[in-house]
Amino acid sequence: MSAHSITEPSSRAKWVAGSLVILYALITMVPLAWIMMTGFKTPPDSISYPPKVIFEPSLEGYVNLFTTRTRVTPDALEALPPPATWYDEIVRERNMVIAGPSKFGERFLNSVIIGFGSTFLSVFLGTLAAYAFSRFKIPLADDLLFFILSTRMMPPIAVAIPIFLMYRNLGLSDTHLGMILLYTAVNISLAVWLLKGFIDEIPREYEEAALIDGYTRFQAFYKVVLPQAATGIASTAIFCLIFAWNEYAFSVLLTSATAQTAPPFIPTIIGVGGLDWPAVAAGATIFLLPVMIFTILLRKHLLRGITFGAVRK
Amino acid sequence: MATFCVWGNSSDMAEIVIKNVRKEFGDFVAVKESSFTIQDGEFFMLLGPSGCGKTTTLRMIAGLELPTSGEIYLDGEEISQRPPSQRDIAFVFQMFALYPHMNVRKNLSYPLVSQGMARADVKAKIDEVAQILGITDILNRPVGGLSGGDRQRVALGRAIVRDPKAFMMDEPLGALDAEFREHMAEELRALHDRMGATTVYVTHDQLEAMQMGDKIVVMNNAVVEQFGTPKQVYDTPATMFVANFIGSPAMNFLPFQQQLAPGATTARLGEMEATIPALRESGAGDLVFGVRPENITLSDTGTYRGEVLAAEYLGTTQIVTLNTPNGHVKARIPANQPVKTGEKVGLNFKPGTVTIFDKPSGRALRSELNEGVLAHG
Repeated sequence: MSAHSITEPSSRAKWVAGSLVILYALITMVPLAWIMMTGFKTPPDSISYPPKVIFEPSLEGYVNLFTTRTRVTPDALEALPPPATWYDEIVRERNMVIAGPSKFGERFLNSVIIGFGSTFLSVFLGTLAAYAFSRFKIPLADDLLFFILSTRMMPPIAVAIPIFLMYRNLGLSDTHLGMILLYTAVNISLAVWLLKGFIDEIPREYEEAALIDGYTRFQAFYKVVLPQAATGIASTAIFCLIFAWNEYAFSVLLTSATAQTAPPFIPTIIGVGGLDWPAVAAGATIFLLPVMIFTILLRKHLLRGITFGAVRK
Repeated sequence: MATFCVWGNSSDMAEIVIKNVRKEFGDFVAVKESSFTIQDGEFFMLLGPSGCGKTTTLRMIAGLELPTSGEIYLDGEEISQRPPSQRDIAFVFQMFALYPHMNVRKNLSYPLVSQGMARADVKAKIDEVAQILGITDILNRPVGGLSGGDRQRVALGRAIVRDPKAFMMDEPLGALDAEFREHMAEELRALHDRMGATTVYVTHDQLEAMQMGDKIVVMNNAVVEQFGTPKQVYDTPATMFVANFIGSPAMNFLPFQQQLAPGATTARLGEMEATIPALRESGAGDLVFGVRPENITLSDTGTYRGEVLAAEYLGTTQIVTLNTPNGHVKARIPANQPVKTGEKVGLNFKPGTVTIFDKPSGRALRSELNEGVLAHG
């Protein structure tokens, strides 16, 4: 047996750990990969049995996602001028013509506005509140913090009916502002608690040094504390965005025509022209992208954020 | 501030007067009514055990805490309620508090940028300060990878770069290892001598205070116990706390009971009438005879006798612990004087060095020795 360091894992242990991680990643990736593949299948391929792993890729799902179509008779189809674009061609193969754009683009934009808007607002307010809780002597600070946390002690949907009535009276139903405020209200407790932990970790001396160096408290906060809290702000933003982005129930309940987000919209595709799984899968794939890109961009911060406090810098 | 002379701010008189300053945190009194004066150009030590209020006092001078009551004058102006940015005082933190997201140069320029100094002037100023501190070669490095000594120098640089009226230093050597501390203490003192700027320095290390300070304030339990030069504080402690806190080993305390009238020149310890500096006030009841270890000599003769319990060899001297009728006593004697554990020897106390304390209050009785010092303390 060769001698090895106690703190450094042996190469065999590393190999085993690595394999387990890869195996776990594969297991969790399979559904995701299946959705992405389905998005590029034709509707018959998507429901064929046994399921097709190798198939001829098609953009039919994406075309169906972004368009509404009407069925025409083969005679009428013959009478039409030749297809002008590649997507016209795909649609005509199914004896249909494009009637217009679908609502997906609009719904997706709503998701972006509401998701990022509420994330920004939660993190912005959360940072200010967390800084105040961390640095100032606030009467009943512990009770206030507990009160803030208590808003998460029941599922938000439990208050759906009161919120529905309230929003109707306030005219906030089916508005972007209403959804941003709602998601912010749900996320703010998480933001305050997470960020307070991060800001507590930043030694006060940095701000005091800035105060001594001739800056005001706000300048010290802005120029010294915020850069130090970047890790915490990034990971808090990711958690807030994931919640707001994926939220389904409130969106179903409170939005319909103008402010509906993508999650309640995607399932409605199913009803339009039979079970159009490729279109649903295409919608899910596109829907995943913003959070994935956002998370990848902030990945470095997120990893440090999850282990915050474990090792003193 | 367009002048570029780091050691030339002598035109600014930076006398700091602390007057009846008190600080409470809720129910906790961190500093009780304290008063002392820091003269222009002094290297001034705030010394005391942790929690005694010395750091709070320093932070009040800098403006990081506002006093509950009392006044602080800098250069004749009352500043106690002003924000730190309006006091023109620099602060060196124990953990240095260098901005971790900036490199050395940016750290140094930060206080200048806030004053709106022109870019070229900032650069010239930083280069000058870097030269003085010997950190020119690390100016573009991030502060994260610096050694303790270099961090210390950068922290000092950030303080001196703006020519403040006074420097506050909160245990600046506390984060360094022992070996480097000594070196840095010398460097710091040399820097001060060169710049001549008023410096207030907090430490719990009595050796550091004695070594570096022009004046020392000893604090304990939120109270100023004594204020004076290192020699005054060492030779003529105002209280038993000061006598015990300063000096290693500490001053010996021999409890005794006697009525002493003003003018008394002896105190009765066991069988011996020990000579003491003539008292200027009376003492009665429980008294304490205070004598420093180096002011005790051992001889075969002598009416006051003690048994040798142990001897610690320290090279040039040795510390002998003796059991006397008034308790254990430590004496510092030459290393070459032979002593044997268990033998009985006579103790002599160097006349003119003894301080008599009133035990219940811990206060030193005024005498020929200390009256000049304690009069204004």
